[in-house]
Amino acid sequence: MAERWINAGLLAGLGLVALWAWAAGAPFTVTLATKVAILALAAAGLNLALGIGGLVSLGHAVFFGIGGYAMGVLASHAQAYDPIFTRPFVFEGTKSMPFIWLAAIAVGALAAWVIGRISLRTSGVYFIMITLAFGQMFYYLAISWPAYGGEDGLSIYVRNGFPGLDTLDPIQFFGICFAILLIVLWCMARIAASPFGLALNAARQAPTRVMASGIDPDRLRLWAFVVSGAVTGLAGALYADLNRFVSPTMFSWQVSGELIVLIILGGVGRLCGPVAGAALFVVLEQWLGGLSEYWQVFLGLLLLAVVLAGRGGIVGLLARVPSRG
Amino acid sequence: MSLLRVSDLRASYGPAQVLHGASLAVAEGEVVALLGRNGMGKTTSIRAICRMMPSHGALTFDGHDLHRLPSHRAARLGLGLVPEGRRCFAPLTVAENLRAAARRGAWDLARVERLFPRLAERREQRAGTLSGGEQQMLAIGRALMTNPRLLILDEATEGLAPLVRAEIWAAIEALRVETGMAILIVDKSLAELRRIADRAVILSRGRDVWQGPIAGLDDTLAGRYLGV
Repeated sequence: MAERWINAGLLAGLGLVALWAWAAGAPFTVTLATKVAILALAAAGLNLALGIGGLVSLGHAVFFGIGGYAMGVLASHAQAYDPIFTRPFVFEGTKSMPFIWLAAIAVGALAAWVIGRISLRTSGVYFIMITLAFGQMFYYLAISWPAYGGEDGLSIYVRNGFPGLDTLDPIQFFGICFAILLIVLWCMARIAASPFGLALNAARQAPTRVMASGIDPDRLRLWAFVVSGAVTGLAGALYADLNRFVSPTMFSWQVSGELIVLIILGGVGRLCGPVAGAALFVVLEQWLGGLSEYWQVFLGLLLLAVVLAGRGGIVGLLARVPSRG
Repeated sequence: MSLLRVSDLRASYGPAQVLHGASLAVAEGEVVALLGRNGMGKTTSIRAICRMMPSHGALTFDGHDLHRLPSHRAARLGLGLVPEGRRCFAPLTVAENLRAAARRGAWDLARVERLFPRLAERREQRAGTLSGGEQQMLAIGRALMTNPRLLILDEATEGLAPLVRAEIWAAIEALRVETGMAILIVDKSLAELRRIADRAVILSRGRDVWQGPIAGLDDTLAGRYLGV
């Protein structure tokens, strides 16, 4: 089956499940579909760096958490009518989603630029370790930041607003997240097919050959990392809005690991691999989680099977076409 | 004035010194053959010129000191390398391989496909599934997509069937005649080189031992330094 039809089927399936659940009066299922869309968005960000760029980042929770805290800080100040700072000018918080998203994208991109400039001096296992170290630094920073809840995190009592929509209605909030996911996936498809994406893919395979074509692979990787961090930051802001809660666990290395697991399950470097991976992850979490609290053992076995039997993940298995990775 | 000027080039792989002071020059529009037996330093010279390995000596391209530049900046000056062994990006399609390397200039996808019509037929095929000859055409096309001022071909016809070799040589000749592009070429096909090249440089034990118009490369020299 052509991969584009699998992608269309996955996205249509996600949308239809949410609509069916809404029509059937099952708001919890709509919320689960929203979680799938948000996790897929976060993993889509990582997929650019990992799948196309070959950058195994074990610190992408930094951007997820930073996006979450961007939302938490802005919204908590807005709900308390307390400016974030007053000098040299007054900077108020906001409960407006579009502004929060812009802030999450900006801080995610900025953090990725700083971390990328340092981490991309290394490669292989050292890159994994340095990104993990950044993740842990942010995790402990969030724990020791009492102004924003410290270890207990930060609750936002009312979900942030979007002009013309009732974001407290699960199906409308799903619609927002789903629309963002579609836009980001469209952008990712364009990036992958652009000279930038092709050169990034080529740089993963043979950096010296790319250099012989006049392209600096480090520069490509840094930009890929920045875009990746921005998208994962946006997903973090949406995830915090979904739960109306942000806590240091968003920065934890387990979150970084889960994002990688989603991509491997769905298909590394596949456009809709993150969607398939996130859907499977959430379904297993709900289904197996109801059977046993040790459900992640079964997830581990599944991951083992995917890695050993079909590296293309779910999408690769359905498409029966070798990965471009 | 020379486009590429290499003087007293020295390079080593660890403790093993391969180049002991090689010199050569390529002028605008000139085709220079770099000759020598196996292991005499031809590919090492090319790797050093393209800044893919450290070296010493004088190395200038269009007046720029290449030793001050990383390899991607050297390539941006106009050094287009077709490496030994083709080395295409196997998972990418033909068109993607070409677009990944594209830089603004006279050479674009359509022009490369006119030079190598086979690539147009295989546009959406993955490079890893092409025949050896097609991969070589793709490697040359990829170098042309960078719009080089000097095309460097390292063993471009090695291991190919005679008909395919003829196609590659025809394309190189077309480049020379139609574009006047400067070309530095390493190959063992002396008969073809005599037809296409203006000058030759012979390397032996990491040094240039003879340079001159290729017409002056007589059988005695060929026998002594090239073993033919």
